[in-house]
Amino acid sequence: MGEDKVLVEIEREIVGGDFQSAGDVSSELKKVLQQVGFPPSFNRRIVIAAYEAEMNVVIHAYRGVFTTQIYEDQVHIEVDDQGPGIPDLELAFQEGYSTAPPHIREMGFGAGYGLSNMKKCSDRLEIDTRVGEGTKVIMDFFLNSEE
Amino acid sequence: MTLREIKEILQAEVLAGEEFLDREPSSACGSDLLSDVLAFTKENSVLLTGLTNSQVIRTAEMSDIIGVIFVRGKKPDNYTIELATIKKIPLLTTRLPMYESCGRLYLRGLKGCSEV
Repeated sequence: MGEDKVLVEIEREIVGGDFQSAGDVSSELKKVLQQVGFPPSFNRRIVIAAYEAEMNVVIHAYRGVFTTQIYEDQVHIEVDDQGPGIPDLELAFQEGYSTAPPHIREMGFGAGYGLSNMKKCSDRLEIDTRVGEGTKVIMDFFLNSEE
Repeated sequence: MTLREIKEILQAEVLAGEEFLDREPSSACGSDLLSDVLAFTKENSVLLTGLTNSQVIRTAEMSDIIGVIFVRGKKPDNYTIELATIKKIPLLTTRLPMYESCGRLYLRGLKGCSEV
């Protein structure tokens, strides 16, 4: 990755609790990925994972920074938030487990699939979390892993 | 089956994207959980849902869903309709409940997400 040329770089802020704008960053990313010309199936799993990460910041954190580097054959995403952090990461990965409050569930989120879906969609997922400080999600997507 | 045929089968009203009714979904998904939609739907499908908030449109956009059908006579607010118009996602609303809407489409041959 280090030697590859970055084709596009995006850095955007995400505001916690702003449900009106929630999805704007992932939407912009989708447009850029389409312009770069990756196959739709590759774009789809990147955008779904990005949206899950973006929604997690809106739902759980105060604010976050979303950065993406798009390479010729790879996409790197980091979502770094200031928020409550995740006390038990293993539990958070369990499908069906969620700490989302009732008003989030009424919107149709908080079913407890977010992290496992991000893992399913990405080729590499790393989560660095500190309780009371925040969470950093790092995801990589490799074009050559497309069948 | 086109969205236009779906509109007839469900006696639905079009709320946005009238010009996209010739689209032909390859499968459908019925859910009131956006988390499930994000995790399990396939591309080029239609979503039947009782949710009407704007994140339904976002979820459709990210998942390459080509049309949304609101069941039980639900209608979203103007902001959500505008967002769908911008994103070129047609919106339909039917008075039929979820089970009957899905059942009618399935009977007519529209496949589920796990079958495509």
